[in-house]
Amino acid sequence: MKNKVIQGQVIPINQSNIDTDAIIPKQYLKSINKSGFGPYLFDSLRYMDPGDLATTSKRKENPDFILNKKPFRNGSIIVANDNFGCGSSREHAVWALKDYGIQAVISTSFADIFYRNSFKNSLLLIIIKKSELETIFRSLTTNPIYNLTIDVQNQTITTPDETCIQFDISDSEKERIIFDLDDIELSLKHADKIRDYESKIKLKKPWLFNKNNE
Amino acid sequence: MNRTLYDKIWDEHKIHENSDGSSLVYIDRHLIHEVTSPQAFDGLHLKNRNVWNKNTIYAVSDHNVPTINRELGINDDISKLQVDTLISNCKKHEISYFDLNDVNQGIVHVIGPELAITQPGMTLVCGDSHTSTHGALASLAFGIGTSDVEHVLATQCINITKEKNMRINVNNTLNPLVTAKDLILHIIKSIGTSGGTGYTIEFSGKCIESLSIESRMTICNMSIEAGAKSGLVAFDENTYNYMMDKKYSPSKKYLSEAIKYWETLKSDNHSKFDQDINFDADLITPQVSWGTSPEMTVDVTGQVPDPELEKNSEKKESIQRAIDYMGLKPNDPIQEIMLDKIFIGSCTNSRIEDLRAAASVIKGEKIASNISQAIVVPGSGHVKMQAEEEGLDKIFLKAGFEWRQPGCSMCLGMNDDNLLPHERCASTSNRNFEGRQGDKGRTHLVSPAMAAAAAIKGHFINVIDFINEK
Repeated sequence: MKNKVIQGQVIPINQSNIDTDAIIPKQYLKSINKSGFGPYLFDSLRYMDPGDLATTSKRKENPDFILNKKPFRNGSIIVANDNFGCGSSREHAVWALKDYGIQAVISTSFADIFYRNSFKNSLLLIIIKKSELETIFRSLTTNPIYNLTIDVQNQTITTPDETCIQFDISDSEKERIIFDLDDIELSLKHADKIRDYESKIKLKKPWLFNKNNE
Repeated sequence: MNRTLYDKIWDEHKIHENSDGSSLVYIDRHLIHEVTSPQAFDGLHLKNRNVWNKNTIYAVSDHNVPTINRELGINDDISKLQVDTLISNCKKHEISYFDLNDVNQGIVHVIGPELAITQPGMTLVCGDSHTSTHGALASLAFGIGTSDVEHVLATQCINITKEKNMRINVNNTLNPLVTAKDLILHIIKSIGTSGGTGYTIEFSGKCIESLSIESRMTICNMSIEAGAKSGLVAFDENTYNYMMDKKYSPSKKYLSEAIKYWETLKSDNHSKFDQDINFDADLITPQVSWGTSPEMTVDVTGQVPDPELEKNSEKKESIQRAIDYMGLKPNDPIQEIMLDKIFIGSCTNSRIEDLRAAASVIKGEKIASNISQAIVVPGSGHVKMQAEEEGLDKIFLKAGFEWRQPGCSMCLGMNDDNLLPHERCASTSNRNFEGRQGDKGRTHLVSPAMAAAAAIKGHFINVIDFINEK
């Protein structure tokens, strides 16, 4: 069976309600591309000086921010507190995380729209218990070099001391992480059903299609 | 089986149930704007796919547009490219687009209902989290990301799992000068920013029934700030009256059929909700957010919380962090917080009712000397025109406000309207996140009447006291 195993250093962000404005500030939403957002991930927390898409000069890093510290700079798994990804629906937040090299985010809960956007882009989100989250945060305070191994098929997270945390994930979400699915192609397999439905409601609710008010 | 309003709209639009429990759901209306659509069209073009049903789509530029001297075009090349990209995508696919200088242009969530693009019982999506606004018209509306925008463009459907049902029942009525904004801020303060996650919220009860459609939009708009992608309100006489004689209202030929369907759009008696929460409207006072999450809100007569009183260490740190960011001190009385800027606008509060409320507070007054800028940004060309017919623009201008052109403006500050570092703003928008209105800017969420009173005093004041003293 095909599997995906993610291994990487944890980036601990022990805050609740990390919003998508913080993950990628609005000035970068002017881009019409899907890539290149990594340098702007957590932009206003990460840099001392403001920037935008037109900035070309090298920016001064905020030495206190987690992504600017060793060994977290090269981390690929974010561990954060409740309700990660709340607020704006901007998918740019997921693109920025992916572009930076983040492969998984672990939290106790995620905002709904962010959750959908992540799996659409094969970014793995894992929900664990509060007590498990607190154990990870505690371990990190004594030893910041902290690698996790995530086995998607077997639904396990293995910590450096070989503790194994089991997590829930639906089969379809699992498939999304392991395979590169084309959702539109899958939905278009039902094209006949969609067409049937449309012709049915054209009769049942004709006013819906009466665009020019004829 | 007794069904909720959400159950009914869901059942009506479900086309196919997938093996994982999700369903393919038909989307009646798709609204698009310049910021979250270019990558979706790119995706279509890369795979040589077509738009499934162009007649269901309406497009407008609102997030990234100037609100001043618009006739001269867009100065910023990067912003201009984004708007031009939407225009060319709409041309290519024959999608209706409202141009920047069209009276129909405005914030996507203001123009949808205003033009009756949004209608009761519809499913409606938009690449914007505040799509929940449209639920005020008894429609199922929710925000989606760009991948889903592409999916809906290509298939007219979305694959989603049904949410749970929550009912928020609001008894009694709001006191004068206490508004829908205060009510929804109070609700978010009570249930928290993730209290509605995984639910569709139906707002009901005496208070909701008594509210105008515009007020209901304010409430549904901020459902997402409580974590719920959709908020909705049952169809009633107010909805009926609102739907008549708008640009895209159903034609006479089909109106009676439409009304027959609309009248079914309410939860059956004894339908089952997974969660029921009650509020008393007459106990609610004007609200002000003090922190960096919409749940960080208190009564205007209250004070900034003291983190020392919080036992949970994570919550304590988050309160402290918010206080530091906001440049406040524990126990600071809200009514002593001095302000720099005032913003009246956004998809939450930029409709005619909002502007009337603010203007009636301001009439005959001048903004305080410490206010460096106060702007009013009407939600649409129609709102602007209506306000000007009523002379509201004159009232605002005379008081020292700027009267702008429609758009999202300082709610998210993608254009030139934003806060400078450490500036403090009384804002009628929906989010007080760090940096939301500008890097290091400080946002306090309030109703239009409260923002207006704050503009005159230069600091927050209970608008009820302000009017009594006037």
